Amino acid sequence: MTTSLLARDLTLGYGDAPIVSELSLEVPDDSFTIVIGPNACGKSTLLRGLARLLRPTAGAVLLDGTDIRASKPKDTARRLGLLPQSAIAPDGITVADLVGRGRFPHQSAMRTWSSADEAAVSEAMAATGVTELSRRLVDELSGGQRQRVWVAMALAQQTKHLLLDEPTTFLDIAHQIELMELFTDLHRSGTTLVAVLHDLNHAARYATHLVAMRDGAIVAQGDPQEIITADLVEAVYDLPCQVITDPVSGTPLVLPLGRRSR
Amino acid sequence: MSVIDHGRRLIRVETAHTATLVPVRSVLVCLGLVVVIIGAGLFAMTIGAYEIGFDAVIRAIVDPASDPDVRQVVTEWRLPRVLFAVLCGAALALAGGIFQSLTRNPLGSPDIIGFGVGAQFGVTLTMLVLGLNTYLFKAAGALVGGLLTALLVALLANRHTMSSFRLIIVGIGVSAGLGSLTSWILISVSVEQAMMAATWGAGSLASLGFDQLLPAATAFVVFALLARPLRRSLPVLEMGDDAAMALGVRPGRTRLIAMVVGVALVALVTAAAGPISFIALAAPQIAQRLTRSNTPMGLAPVMLTGAALVIVSDAVAQLLAVPVGVVTLSVGGIYLTCLLAAQFVRRT
Repeated sequence: MTTSLLARDLTLGYGDAPIVSELSLEVPDDSFTIVIGPNACGKSTLLRGLARLLRPTAGAVLLDGTDIRASKPKDTARRLGLLPQSAIAPDGITVADLVGRGRFPHQSAMRTWSSADEAAVSEAMAATGVTELSRRLVDELSGGQRQRVWVAMALAQQTKHLLLDEPTTFLDIAHQIELMELFTDLHRSGTTLVAVLHDLNHAARYATHLVAMRDGAIVAQGDPQEIITADLVEAVYDLPCQVITDPVSGTPLVLPLGRRSR
Repeated sequence: MSVIDHGRRLIRVETAHTATLVPVRSVLVCLGLVVVIIGAGLFAMTIGAYEIGFDAVIRAIVDPASDPDVRQVVTEWRLPRVLFAVLCGAALALAGGIFQSLTRNPLGSPDIIGFGVGAQFGVTLTMLVLGLNTYLFKAAGALVGGLLTALLVALLANRHTMSSFRLIIVGIGVSAGLGSLTSWILISVSVEQAMMAATWGAGSLASLGFDQLLPAATAFVVFALLARPLRRSLPVLEMGDDAAMALGVRPGRTRLIAMVVGVALVALVTAAAGPISFIALAAPQIAQRLTRSNTPMGLAPVMLTGAALVIVSDAVAQLLAVPVGVVTLSVGGIYLTCLLAAQFVRRT
């Protein structure tokens, strides 16, 4: 297993109390890595650290062997992308223009829009199925469409690694599945994905590498088929459950035991 | 033509060293604005005690052998005023575009959030308390006043980001405070000094000559060049700090440069002409609607819109024999009312 994105003894936090302390993680190249864990376990903080949105209080994030804080931001942005949770679509922007902003790290004062930009934006819109919407205003779209437009923007950035911060939150089940399938397509076409996800069963179905976190530390990681057990889920979430095999995908399926079913 | 449908006409130009998308509509808008600026500028030069016709003005500018008296009136007295109108309009509009983009709010212009009043206070102090009345001293006073006000507003608003309604409210409050301090200085100095400061304080291009145009134009060129990279980075920052950082923009540094450049652009105008209100507020919004752009930040269309607004306002001001600041304040007041009403309707 090779890895070009890794965290080494990473400590992250806001103020004095660290949320993630001395965590080390190697993201396998060409994997679809999904990070799960209860609220406030530090999974989003870890992702923000990997995306260099948070300055580590100790340790470092290395991309292709160099500390991402030591590289030029635009340089890093050509290799590592992020779909943030809280992005704002400017008023009156069209879909094509928003997707085009993903090209920023590839542009310069003299080259503000090249044929490579054009090709990348066309491809990103085609891959996410938003080509038809290209001249529509982003404000007018439904939640599912809008999220696909943001994914298209991140894709237009054409990075080897793409980080996804809870990409399916606030979407209905059909749009969640649609998006997870889209990410799987991306992963198969050669992008290394790291996503923070709430839905354990989606993580079990789609991840090639699962990372379970609790209290700012990694509890277990590996192939979801091998690591997801009733004991692990209880250890991570304090949730008694049964794990069966998903009859559709053959992956683990977690069934929580409520108070009434015990 | 671009193969992607962006919802407007764009022509892709690509050579070995440059590649860009040219928005057809923006080019046409800019050409139209240039025509308006030249037309209104020539018309403005016909106005005055010494009557000169349209054709005589043009002859005086292009033909060195024409009537020397007319040439003197046109090129030495009236031309600097017109050039100043273009300069002030362009600088204020650019500053407005920068701050509206930073605050993600059409109300976030330097005349609303207090930096204009801060610059004015700085100049008043320099002129009346320190007794320094040359352009460079006034410009320094305006710059320091504007920057300190920006710092004060940022501290009081107590947010790391500029994008809050809170910032605007704090800015309005700080403006009111500094305005009353300015008035207090005016009533505590001699009548002659107060008159001089009050004439300047109404915002006027009337008494400006080439001696002030040169330093102001130099400063404008410097800050406009510094603003050039912001044309691309500020719209990215509008998407939020996380998205901007992921795309390789440094939010803190970009915001600091934008603030300093924006305040400096306001300061260089305030030092020369006094406060000319509402251009910074209205021009970026008008330019955005004319070009159907998705950001108030822009260069040529925004600056030309500002220049056209000031030059037309100044021609009207000369016809009515009032300072240009009075005209822009009146027109801007109506505009602000409409803007607030529109925001109110959208919020409810």
